Amino acid sequence: MTSQTPDATTRSVRIIFPIGMLGGGITEETVARGIELGADAIAVDGGSTDSGPHYLGSGIAKTSRGSLKRDLRTILVAGRRAGIPVVVTTCGTSGTDSGVEWVADIAREIADEEGLTFTLARIYSELTQPTVLDALASGRIDALEPAGPLDAATVTSCEHIVGLMGHVPITEALAAGADLVLTGRASDTASVAGIALGRGLAAGPTWHAAKTVECGSQCTTDPIGGGVLVEIDDEGFTVHPLTETAAATPMTVAAHMLYENADPYRLREPGGTLDTSAAVYTAVTDRVTRVEGSIFEEAEQATIKLEGAAIGGYETVSLVGIRDPHVLAHMDDWIARFSGELARRVSSHLGLEKGQYDAELRAYGYNAVLGDLEPGGPPPREVGVLFRARAADQATATAIAKVANPLLLHLPLEGMTHLPSFAFATSPAEMERGASYEFVLQHTIAVDDEAELFRTEYEEVAPRG
Amino acid sequence: MASQTLDEIADLVRAKNAGPFWITLDVFLPTDEAYERVRASDVTDPRVIAELYRTTPEKVRVFPMPALKAIKISFPRPVTQGSFADRDMHSGQQHVLLAALSIP
Repeated sequence: MTSQTPDATTRSVRIIFPIGMLGGGITEETVARGIELGADAIAVDGGSTDSGPHYLGSGIAKTSRGSLKRDLRTILVAGRRAGIPVVVTTCGTSGTDSGVEWVADIAREIADEEGLTFTLARIYSELTQPTVLDALASGRIDALEPAGPLDAATVTSCEHIVGLMGHVPITEALAAGADLVLTGRASDTASVAGIALGRGLAAGPTWHAAKTVECGSQCTTDPIGGGVLVEIDDEGFTVHPLTETAAATPMTVAAHMLYENADPYRLREPGGTLDTSAAVYTAVTDRVTRVEGSIFEEAEQATIKLEGAAIGGYETVSLVGIRDPHVLAHMDDWIARFSGELARRVSSHLGLEKGQYDAELRAYGYNAVLGDLEPGGPPPREVGVLFRARAADQATATAIAKVANPLLLHLPLEGMTHLPSFAFATSPAEMERGASYEFVLQHTIAVDDEAELFRTEYEEVAPRG
Repeated sequence: MASQTLDEIADLVRAKNAGPFWITLDVFLPTDEAYERVRASDVTDPRVIAELYRTTPEKVRVFPMPALKAIKISFPRPVTQGSFADRDMHSGQQHVLLAALSIP
């Protein structure tokens, strides 16, 4: 069991945040430096929506098992040796129950291999459809901009729904003596806040510190460095980079409030809103920055944000290269001709009309990234054309791609008297992508107790056999 | 002063998702003068941003941040991250349109 007694003389807490995402490559040296600096805990995030809806939809992690195990071993061994707790939030990229199980299984394996004994808390945040439908029926669900009101059909379309926990379930697990806390979906700030608020520290500095370090070294001059140690007290917080060549300057620390945030001054958490508009950033040394003046406004109603992913269809793609300058000079014409011809053939060959499937070309090297917003320029040297078909099932998506195949290979420009052949990247050209998911929830659920939607299970982990 | 693009004036122009339903653009300027020049330009005009990114001015939020010599612009993503029509999973290349704006 890890001691949870606050240090009464200094009343501060020091937390190592080694990296933006568990599995990204934590360095042992910088974790060791954080422990030398007197770390009280290690916190790290295991997920994000940033890589898209696939991970929540499928319940499968983005990170490889090997990379995750390597990083978890580094912090778990260091944490156990120092006798300080380790908190990993949003396990398995999306924080589904399967993600928590996956990381817990890896932790048990590390315990076997390293001879470690510890108390594990698993905090689950996946919500069943009936739970969300009940909340909808009782008027406890609100939309966040730009979403409209939620309907039951959207809820039942979801493969997985998770609630973003704040600090409360983590604080409770640490108070119960957990040495390793693995959570489902949590806000990026929940791990640091769960540790610091559990020690009774002030909410303003705590939430601002938590937001500042949630991407590890991103708040320093070396964004791919070895993480940071943040020291939080009742008046403010101090950021120490753990890579010796990196600096946390007032500018790099303040700038992080902008990162992946729609509002640079205000950040909503389950129990209220962090307001950093009065924060003052001061250089302690040329490498260490102190922040004071952030406040946390308690909300009248606690809310838990929801995330949900549904299957939008099944996708098949093909990639073909065009290098012929005669065709490249007329890309818009070629794409328009392809689209018209494909729609005609899908209708005549497969009996499918627009609205029953999706199909499009993305001309990489021409306008794939910006689409209609592309301002244009000289003809490209070569273009990679990605064909994408999506339908209600995989076989239909692939059938559409097979109809597209001879057009991708041979479609001439209007007026060409020969049949060109373009450069397919693979054989077969069709690549089945499986289910393609979409984020469909941008809503919150009102709660009386911030922990009520989450389930915690404790387990004594020891080396097996 | 001769007209320059924002890209030529700024230290950094970047774009990123702010969750799956929002996009946010950050502009970092090197000096107070450059900050003031850009703040007074089209960059902080929601109508110009809305036209550039095909959204409506009412949805565009602009945050001038003089202490940081930064300007932040956020608006709902025209298409949800990762949906079939989405062309940029992280919105990470969407800054180029803003960076090409001409600043008097």
